[in-house]
Amino acid sequence: MPKTYTPIATTTLGSNSTSVSFTSISGNYTDLVLVASPTTLANGEQFTMTFNSDTSSNYSATYLTGNGTTATSHRRNTQSNIIVDYYGAVDTTVKTVYIFNIQNYSNTTTNKTILITSRTGYAAESNVALYRSTSAITTITLAGATFTTGSTFTLYGIKAA
Amino acid sequence: MANTYEAIATVTVGSGGAATMAFSSIPATYTDLVLKMSLRYSASGPQDMRLTFNGNTSAVYSMRSINAAGSGTPGSASETAQTSTWLGSLQGVTASTFNNMELYIPNYTSTTTAKSISTDNVNEANQTDARSFLVAQLWNPATQAAISILSISVASGTFVQYSNATLYGIKNS
Repeated sequence: MPKTYTPIATTTLGSNSTSVSFTSISGNYTDLVLVASPTTLANGEQFTMTFNSDTSSNYSATYLTGNGTTATSHRRNTQSNIIVDYYGAVDTTVKTVYIFNIQNYSNTTTNKTILITSRTGYAAESNVALYRSTSAITTITLAGATFTTGSTFTLYGIKAA
Repeated sequence: MANTYEAIATVTVGSGGAATMAFSSIPATYTDLVLKMSLRYSASGPQDMRLTFNGNTSAVYSMRSINAAGSGTPGSASETAQTSTWLGSLQGVTASTFNNMELYIPNYTSTTTAKSISTDNVNEANQTDARSFLVAQLWNPATQAAISILSISVASGTFVQYSNATLYGIKNS
């Protein structure tokens, strides 16, 4: 296995926090993988993802969701952030699993596509989001929920060669 | 540069087949586990696969899933208080065709929190009942424990020769 799955930064919350950010992300990799395993202050809290502190209407997403009873699909266009999951949400006690794959994050010629695996006690989801910006991603922010102590967030860099 | 995505062990099924595929004595030196599998079974028709941790068969497993078969309406299902957790089903109809599956288990060494698992399971078989499964699972034992044993079984039949599974460890530093 090539040594290309490199931890860039990890955050384990020592106290509750309403946002988690990774800043000054270098352009040394091809793709980014963010693994989050949070709990939240209240049951059912959803959270959002933004890049480069950009809250313009540059985000869209398509959701594929199974809540245990029915399977559905949804869309959000021209949004100021990415709601990470449509039906799934974080829990107060059970750590959930989120994996974000951010391809070609450092290129300055194309928009950025993000694959989101969301597996919670509320739903199993596989979602795709678009960030319509040709800027390299240097900052990732997760917000919109109160993440509680012990939540973990790790950003990895993937090199194609 | 640290090597943070390491192969811990590989299980490959021999010519006699195997009823289960298991990893034991999983070291606690990583942050997360990834299990990648290529599986086929010996019986006919779709067969469910199940997963247990640490030999625990108490009713402490639950899951929610979404699945699609290529036609009709995608489905969703859930289970609570099970003695093992569902991984989706295997298809064994088309010869020489194996199912692909990946599990991601963050914070598997925690002794204070339940373990959430993400599973992607796909089986394309060039026939009408190929399926894809996305599953969120939870193992929530009475006493939380690090995962040291992982065992996968199929409801009927056995895993056939050349089925294989590799367990990887991921370090966050």
